[in-house]
Amino acid sequence: MASGIMPCVTTAMAEMVRFDNVGKRYESGVDALSGITFSLDAGEIAFLTGRSGAGKSTLLKLITLIDRATRGQIYIGGKNLTSVKRRQIPYFRRDIGIVFQQPKLLADRTVFDNVALPLIISGSFHHAEIGRRVRASLDKVGLLDKERAFPTQLSGGEQQRVGIARAVVNRPPLLVADEPTGNLDPALSAEIMNLFDQFSRVGTTVLIASHDLTLISRMGRRVLTLQGGALMTSSAALP
Amino acid sequence: MIGASRTRRPQVTRRQPRPEPPPLGDVSVVERSTPSRNNPRASLRLYLQRHVQAMLYSLGRICRQPASSLMTIAVIGIALALPAGMYVALQNVQGISAGWESATQISLFLKKGVDENAAHALATELEKSAEVAKVSYVSPDKALDDFKRMSGFGDALDVLDENPLPAVLVVRPAVEKDGAAGVERLLDRLKQRPEVDIAQLDMEWVKRLFAIIQIGQRGVLVLAVLLALAVLLVVGNTIRLAINSRREEIEIKKLIGATDAFIRRPFLYFGLWFGLFGGLLAWLLVSSSLIALNDPVRKLAVLYDSSYKLAGPGVANGVVLMAISGLLGLLGAWLAVRRHLAEIEPT
Repeated sequence: MASGIMPCVTTAMAEMVRFDNVGKRYESGVDALSGITFSLDAGEIAFLTGRSGAGKSTLLKLITLIDRATRGQIYIGGKNLTSVKRRQIPYFRRDIGIVFQQPKLLADRTVFDNVALPLIISGSFHHAEIGRRVRASLDKVGLLDKERAFPTQLSGGEQQRVGIARAVVNRPPLLVADEPTGNLDPALSAEIMNLFDQFSRVGTTVLIASHDLTLISRMGRRVLTLQGGALMTSSAALP
Repeated sequence: MIGASRTRRPQVTRRQPRPEPPPLGDVSVVERSTPSRNNPRASLRLYLQRHVQAMLYSLGRICRQPASSLMTIAVIGIALALPAGMYVALQNVQGISAGWESATQISLFLKKGVDENAAHALATELEKSAEVAKVSYVSPDKALDDFKRMSGFGDALDVLDENPLPAVLVVRPAVEKDGAAGVERLLDRLKQRPEVDIAQLDMEWVKRLFAIIQIGQRGVLVLAVLLALAVLLVVGNTIRLAINSRREEIEIKKLIGATDAFIRRPFLYFGLWFGLFGGLLAWLLVSSSLIALNDPVRKLAVLYDSSYKLAGPGVANGVVLMAISGLLGLLGAWLAVRRHLAEIEPT
């Protein structure tokens, strides 16, 4: 299966994310981010790290249009985000899978329904297709047998994996995760990180905010380090 | 974004005629097919499917909280049952007064010189008029006989050597929509006839009756408007609470690409269901109240030598009531959603 996809990765060198001298100043006058410039190729995986308050979450909020940059330009998949109007935001977000620190699942719906939500929201899938994609997605995170369970019946790691299944069920070209392993033990964290790594291998661009430096260094991937709202290193992968 | 990403995705798109759920460990998540986007019939079906989903989802939500749902529905039902019940009562009063209207008579006392043939001719002519339902002729002799019989002055009247009573035409107006005014116009016209000496009608009670009915109609209208407003507020408040309790869910949905319309839809159907059920309850309340009243009313009618029966609201009025109530629910939900949904944005 994977052999059919692998060659593609080498050719998919187009830019997925580009920050051009981006700044974010809050109304209070505080600069949360300033002079951020970097880019991620399609299929690339990168970690965004830095201390609490360094601007990791703010940067992710700019990508997902929860917030807007006050300076500079952000391009996602070649599209300049300043040109995305409020009404277009929902359609824009459908191409980004978002994983949160808290899994943010709907407690009154089954795992299946939670994962199906993005497909139902996009409204362009038939019943059978939804079932097929949800199961494929749950299969990838190893929770196929839990589709009828409710989120509260799952462990923290399982809930996080349901959140990941929901983020990728739509097959988005870009996946962003904000401290996805923040509440998990090291073994589970590694498992989750491996999942992200696998997604990137098949062409999904993945950006993960995390302060778990041990884990990040073990992954041996590109690291973007934020400090006081500025980018310290945006260069090559760790050796 | 969508277009841009698609143009560069083909390299990583897995093409497979009938994709099966991939085995464990397969992570071909980048496959992006665009099913049925460009087929208008399929999109219509998907559009309807979305609405049916939202409709059933909100219905399920109502059923899952039976106590609080019933409370809201009961408030709507009772609020609507009041004006609906008064409307039906008014219809019944009008039913009675329709009988009275047909009893309204204009007595035309003919001039002395008008003989029986001329009186009959006039009667036939008047009957042709659309405003007249029926004309009956009372000869002077019959009038005198009646008077003798009913007044008790029989013997005294025998003393008269000549019948002092004129011939009378009793005109029964065909009362139409303009009611009292129409009858009055007819009376004025009849007065102009050369054969007619005096045209008489006791208009006062007819006028009063119509006036009372008008007050009743206006009252029902005012009450209906006020209570419709109450229904709007009740539904609006219920929806507001529902929105508040689902704040987190709304944020999550917005984060994974839900449009405002998608988020709005179940709440609007929520309001619609409340309205429909409230309307149904109102109709049931009015119908059962009338059934409860029917027996005593019939007994009273029998005492008045009448076979009068109360008329219920009927199925057609029930449908109208539910439609109005459903619309009120929808409008109330829309007002609440418009106000409160925009406030919720993910942070």
